[in-house]
Amino acid sequence: MGELAVEKHVKFILTIEKEKDSFESVVMEHIRLNGAYWALTTLDILGKLNTVDQDEVVSWMMQCQHESGGFGGNIGHDPHLLYTLSAIQVLALFDKIDALDIDKVSNYIAGLQNNDGSFSGDMWGEIDTRFSCVAILSLALLKRLDKINVEKAVNYIVSCKNLDGGFGCTPGAESHAGQIFCCVAALAVTGSLHHVDKDLLGWWLCERQVKSGGLNGRPEKLPDVCYSWWVLSSLIMIDRVHWIDKEKLIKFILDCQDKENGGISDQPEDAVDVFHTYFGVAGLSLLEYPGLKAIDPAYALPVDVVNRIFFGR
Amino acid sequence: MHGRPRKAPTEEEQEASVVKGAKLRSIQAKFFQFHHTNTYTKEALEVNAKLLEMNPEFITGWNYRKLAVQYHLEAAQSDEDSIKSILDEELKVVESALMTNFKSYGAWHHRKWVLNMGHSSTDRELFLLKKFQKLDARNFHAWNYRRFVTALKNIPDEEELQYTTDMIYENFSNYSAWHNRSVLLSRLLKEEVEGYYPKEKVLTEEFEFVRNALFTDPDDQSGWFYHLWLLDQTVKLEHLLVSSWPPNGSNVNVSDYCALSPSLSSISRTLPLILCFSEAVGGINSSTVSVVCESNMDSNLTWTPISVDKSGFARTWLTYLTFSSEPMHPSRNYLVKVSIANSEGIISSAGFCCSNPSHMAFTVCLPSSNTEFDEGPDIERIDWSEENFSSNQLHSENLGLINSFNELTISGGNKKTYETNAKIIADEIAYCRELLSEMDCKIGKLTLARLLLAYDALSSASRGVQDQNMFQYKEILELYHDLMKLDPPHFQYYKDQYSLVFLKQELANEESLLKYCYQYRDSTSLSNNSLCLCLRGLSLSQIGCIEQLLWVQMLDLSNNGIRSIEGLESLQLLCCLNLSNNKICSFSALEPLRLLKSLKVLDISHNEIGAHPIDTRRYLCASPLSHASDWKREEFVVSGPEMTIYWDAFSIFSGLNLRQLSVTGNPIADKKFKLFLCKLLPAMKWLDDEKLR
Repeated sequence: MGELAVEKHVKFILTIEKEKDSFESVVMEHIRLNGAYWALTTLDILGKLNTVDQDEVVSWMMQCQHESGGFGGNIGHDPHLLYTLSAIQVLALFDKIDALDIDKVSNYIAGLQNNDGSFSGDMWGEIDTRFSCVAILSLALLKRLDKINVEKAVNYIVSCKNLDGGFGCTPGAESHAGQIFCCVAALAVTGSLHHVDKDLLGWWLCERQVKSGGLNGRPEKLPDVCYSWWVLSSLIMIDRVHWIDKEKLIKFILDCQDKENGGISDQPEDAVDVFHTYFGVAGLSLLEYPGLKAIDPAYALPVDVVNRIFFGR
Repeated sequence: MHGRPRKAPTEEEQEASVVKGAKLRSIQAKFFQFHHTNTYTKEALEVNAKLLEMNPEFITGWNYRKLAVQYHLEAAQSDEDSIKSILDEELKVVESALMTNFKSYGAWHHRKWVLNMGHSSTDRELFLLKKFQKLDARNFHAWNYRRFVTALKNIPDEEELQYTTDMIYENFSNYSAWHNRSVLLSRLLKEEVEGYYPKEKVLTEEFEFVRNALFTDPDDQSGWFYHLWLLDQTVKLEHLLVSSWPPNGSNVNVSDYCALSPSLSSISRTLPLILCFSEAVGGINSSTVSVVCESNMDSNLTWTPISVDKSGFARTWLTYLTFSSEPMHPSRNYLVKVSIANSEGIISSAGFCCSNPSHMAFTVCLPSSNTEFDEGPDIERIDWSEENFSSNQLHSENLGLINSFNELTISGGNKKTYETNAKIIADEIAYCRELLSEMDCKIGKLTLARLLLAYDALSSASRGVQDQNMFQYKEILELYHDLMKLDPPHFQYYKDQYSLVFLKQELANEESLLKYCYQYRDSTSLSNNSLCLCLRGLSLSQIGCIEQLLWVQMLDLSNNGIRSIEGLESLQLLCCLNLSNNKICSFSALEPLRLLKSLKVLDISHNEIGAHPIDTRRYLCASPLSHASDWKREEFVVSGPEMTIYWDAFSIFSGLNLRQLSVTGNPIADKKFKLFLCKLLPAMKWLDDEKLR
């Protein structure tokens, strides 16, 4: 089996921060806040969060906040729930959530809940269970869940439950591992996992493991390292992770590393990026790979960070 | 990156990339100037269109277009032609962006936003969708958009069903089409639309339809998942009472069970009454369930759902019968009659009403005088060693109480449905065997095992008798055994299913069950009934058949591979439990024990608590991490800082009144932890076999 090339991956992450001018980098500028979350959480899991300049990151990030309270993907970009969660998660890593005007941010988020309990991503009204998840996780981390109608939010998510036990982005939409993670995490955090048929969904999820040991996102699709997070964390939250072969999955993730230049790709021998590097390392953490900090499957933050928020000092 | 090979870029490639990046940056900068100054001129819109063509995922770009549209629509006022022209331009931009990337959320949403305005023709939409389906039949954006358009155009479900038929015939491996089919069919069945009734006829036709796919390409999963849904529809019939404690037709000595009542009042004669259903139900109360006794008994009962969640639904429901303390004739037995669902109100968690009443009855023997219940001065430590258990001379009265099998009373009409559906399953079994005779197909074998189990459930329900077909179980177990070899990555899944079926087989009838019943040597402990169900060393990875185990007070599950005790909360009479030498990984895995108020003796030694950094049951138990829990925050904080590490142990043990506990052999069980336990459980007499204080 291979080994995790920790030093190389740390170097890779710290370098991409500097290489901002390639086309591949520019075309991702609008989601840079997500990128910051992926990079920093990976560093924390690898025990190397102290290699970044915390103040520099926080100061840049706060400039991404819009007057409405929400955060845009980069400075000058329109606000959206997706980047608001990443901002809160990064501040949580640094134990600096109090840098926020918590009421302002939570009001922005709560204002995006619709009458049927669903959430729009921003003022333009796109509805998707991804946004339900993001809203619920954000407000839970800010301890302001009481600002929304939790029961209705849960009911909307349950209305997106499919006959195969999975969840889609809207009612009637096909089950997809990414959406399943979003719905299961939201239900977990609101104490509503009894709505999930764990045996049925657990079997659908464990069938994502293909011969190579990797996981795909839906039946008859190719495996991809990012599903090592979405499928795996879902299985963990419903306690069915023993239904896959963990050793084989570890091997698949390790095979997707670029051991020369650092970084992890979606499949072996593909180009690496920070997105898949994060999901690969987070997946290894969930699989209890030695030497990594434990990560919480719902909040996607290290367990010590989550405990610090909920158990207090 | 998806689909990009890992190759170090050449110098030329790097330079070209930087040039392209600079170009994109410059367009972005121009765009932001327009956006932040709310400029919506033709030039501005062209810059934006160029930007979205280069990068369809640039969300702010799509937001800007909506602002521009609003601005121009206001200027156009009610000039229908202008409006159409403005919106048509938007549709063109979306189409162009989708050609670059047909998975762009922003592009699809913008199109919906435009169409929702109601001024645009929807004629082109289905044509566009067909184009995208050809490019990628699994594109869920396209399928979602299709649902949006068919709703907008009021296209009936039957027509869309035909579309899924066409797509499936084009390519059987279209999970998206099968999924849509199941959604549409569910609606048509539920609304009992003409041509889709009765349900059995539709199911039979669908089984035939999917059979084509399965026989053509048995290794493709898509058809098999649909088949599983059909099977589920065929088996899911009305929820029933499957067992109870006291069992139907038994005779109970009330004084034997006084210790199990919550009040422990020495004068009251209380008896727990437990009902177990085939699935989780709600609405059990004294109007939907009536309990009547010849002697004086308070018939206004409080029923509690036995469930670790707060949903109000549970498979098992509990109440306590309190018999009056007037002097009774000592040798008389009193009849207790229980009627379930005489009036409406019982529903399943899926929302189906129970309309089938059922009845059961048992007799109770009440003590002649107000005997005080006394736990006894010197209760001995329970020693689980094998030499303390003997398997002979089980008292005859014990046998009646072990037999919790219920004779299901199903009325005529329902019986026919069970028989019809059992026949459908029998046909599917035959087809499945035929397929497997030609090839070794993993998911086919799994389906056959499920079909056999389903047939067993349906046919025994319709016969009304627990007459288990032992040969069927043997075949199912062999299938799971084969699957463990055929599909090693999913070994543990098959092992869990195997354990469940194995238990079903072993507990199927009285004769088999008695093999596992032992008498504990010391009968001064707890109650006269020192009968132990001994399931140790059976390689069980999971427990099940809890409906068969309601009578159990002493249970030995040691030396198995058990990770989870889901379902154990139903064993409301449980006093002594041995879970040593298993695979319990955390205290949160012991959540069901919180509901076992009668538990006095617990052995969880030699498990894996404290060995795992990841807790897989963290969100399945009451904890400060879950918003809706009844987590006792105040108690927790006050009692000290070590609680932060032991919060899950606190959650499980603080509500129990344990007398004897073993935790040794778990990494968490160091001196510090044992001290914490002593503080938490003041009534505890033995910890790790050491007598305390």
